[in-house]
Amino acid sequence: MSNTSNTSDTSDTTRETGSTHKAGVFDIRNIIGALLALYGVILTLAGLLGEHEPEKTGGVNANLWTGIALLLVGGFFIAWARMRPIVVPEHVEAPDDDPTRPAPQRRRPPVH
Amino acid sequence: MSSDTLINASWLDYLLVAIYFAFVLGIGVMARRSVSDSIDFFLSGRSLPAWVTGLAFISANLGAVEIMGMSANGAEIGLPTVHYFWVGAVPAMLFLGVVMMPFYYGSKVRSVPEFMYRRFGTGAHLVNAISFAVAQLLIAGVNLALLAGIVHALLGWPIWIALVVAGAIVLSYITLGGLSAAIYNEVLQFFVIVASLLPLTLIGLHRVGGWDGLTEKITAAADKAPASAEVAPAAQQLESWPGQALSGFDSSLLSVIGIVFGLGFVLSFGYWTTNFVEVQRAMASDSISAARKTPIIGAFPKMFIPFIVIVPGMISAVLVQEMVDLKNGGTPAGGASGDGVAYNDALLLLLMRDVLPNGLLGLAIAGLLAAFMAGMAANISAFNTVFSYDLWQRYIRRDHSDDYYLRIGRLATVAATVIAIFTARIAMGYTNVMDYLQTLFGFFNAPLFATFILGMFWKRMTPTAGWVGLVAGTLSAIAVDRLAAAGVIDLPGQGAAFLAASTAFVVDIVLSVVVSLVTKPKPASELRGLVYSETPREDRTDPDEAAMPWWRRTVPLAGIALAMVVVLNIAF
Repeated sequence: MSNTSNTSDTSDTTRETGSTHKAGVFDIRNIIGALLALYGVILTLAGLLGEHEPEKTGGVNANLWTGIALLLVGGFFIAWARMRPIVVPEHVEAPDDDPTRPAPQRRRPPVH
Repeated sequence: MSSDTLINASWLDYLLVAIYFAFVLGIGVMARRSVSDSIDFFLSGRSLPAWVTGLAFISANLGAVEIMGMSANGAEIGLPTVHYFWVGAVPAMLFLGVVMMPFYYGSKVRSVPEFMYRRFGTGAHLVNAISFAVAQLLIAGVNLALLAGIVHALLGWPIWIALVVAGAIVLSYITLGGLSAAIYNEVLQFFVIVASLLPLTLIGLHRVGGWDGLTEKITAAADKAPASAEVAPAAQQLESWPGQALSGFDSSLLSVIGIVFGLGFVLSFGYWTTNFVEVQRAMASDSISAARKTPIIGAFPKMFIPFIVIVPGMISAVLVQEMVDLKNGGTPAGGASGDGVAYNDALLLLLMRDVLPNGLLGLAIAGLLAAFMAGMAANISAFNTVFSYDLWQRYIRRDHSDDYYLRIGRLATVAATVIAIFTARIAMGYTNVMDYLQTLFGFFNAPLFATFILGMFWKRMTPTAGWVGLVAGTLSAIAVDRLAAAGVIDLPGQGAAFLAASTAFVVDIVLSVVVSLVTKPKPASELRGLVYSETPREDRTDPDEAAMPWWRRTVPLAGIALAMVVVLNIAF
């Protein structure tokens, strides 16, 4: 159970390469993109439908403009993640053992 | 809920904050699934790309302390605050990437104290590991205090309850996801902070009539201020050099020397190059090339952060009535602490309250909460690594299974959070959080840098010199600080902190050299990967890097960053 935990869509990729899979949802770019785009939608709607409060902002519809900018940036991250997906190696090489370090070192990964 | 909250947030704002928390906890849960052993938990499996660790590198530092402290300084003394970024951070970050990172990453140590152990043995290791662990608990307390402050201001909860709830949230995602969760949240936080502070700055500038309007208003305010308030002259507030308002020296020559040597060299190199909170982010990257580029990529956003942190502070000092009163020597009521407005309130409560509409206000609150949590999370994730690997595994319980240390790491996280709640109370006793932190960094980091740099480049330096230099340096910094507190040394502003750090550095170097000459060095065969002259070139560089285009190589990138920061220093 140690290293099968992060395989969500690997059933066919592992057949091809045997060692990699895509990071998918856990790609940080998708997370950033989703949060910023969601904020963008909410702020854009607030800017269009909500109170404008021009006395605070000096007359600019700040919610609307920030919302649009966030939508663009969020879209950029999602597009970036789509176009250049991260491929995660199934096994990350363990750091070399340090002779001064107390044993035992790293748990051996189970052999397939 | 209390009715007299300082910020008038609506359901829309709460919605934006709630969405942020859902993402934070979601990251913790997702990261949980990929943590299978202690390297995953403490070092993210060494698998992250350089731009992620680079952003995490500066986000770990872009916590509450930076945002509140720097905007507070911006409100109080104006533009010279940029020295904390352009002199006090960027050069040291570049130095870390170009010169020191090959030793940290290449020697495969798991923490900065572990490097200490292999270079100098037990004495220096213990001093470093313990002082680092203690410092992290104190600084986590500072971050937590500020986090509780905003929860108090937002929801009207009593400070004690706010402290506990805020601590619990940080605790939950770090114990779940370890360093990956901390780093992912730091990167996310970076974007949320920029998304909230950039509109705040732009709208603020719009309100005061652009940069020219801000300059005029600061000049007018400085002319009108009563002499008793000791407001710095407008010329000093609007030019970064010579920065007397920052250093507290009257002479402009001394001020430049103090900033360049005290802040730029001793304090900042000590902080950025030896602080495991930062270095841990680079250690999580996927290659030695990515590790070296981590601080260098971080340097680019770092040099522009002052514009969205310090400038809003300066705006609030002329736009917000309470801040105007405070700067004129008054004591306006209110503020996050409930004991009156302080400079720390510049951004958080006052400017946001006056400038942001509902909606953006929620985004800004989410950004600040994010910063506070990320700062504290960074301290705690560094603490649990050092505690588990460097203290518990090496000195208390050796030779247990990896699962055991993973469990110890999670327990250490819980303990650290509880302790941070108490250190938060200590931090609340100080009016200007930066002063408090500079004092701490002076104690711990300046001698550390001296020992590291000497140890990395002088193979003759002995294990005894390692710990003697550290202890004597730290003690001398404390002595200078106490003398300043007692009024024997009279330096206003940050001058005393600069002096304490510089003294610690000099004492450390001198004693290390003297002790090294009379004690026995380690044999050269044990110094491979640890000392420059004993490390073959292929251990220090990434063979793949030569094949990359120039803009992805370490040294050219560092050169560009350096050139840009020089231009910024000349322009402002």
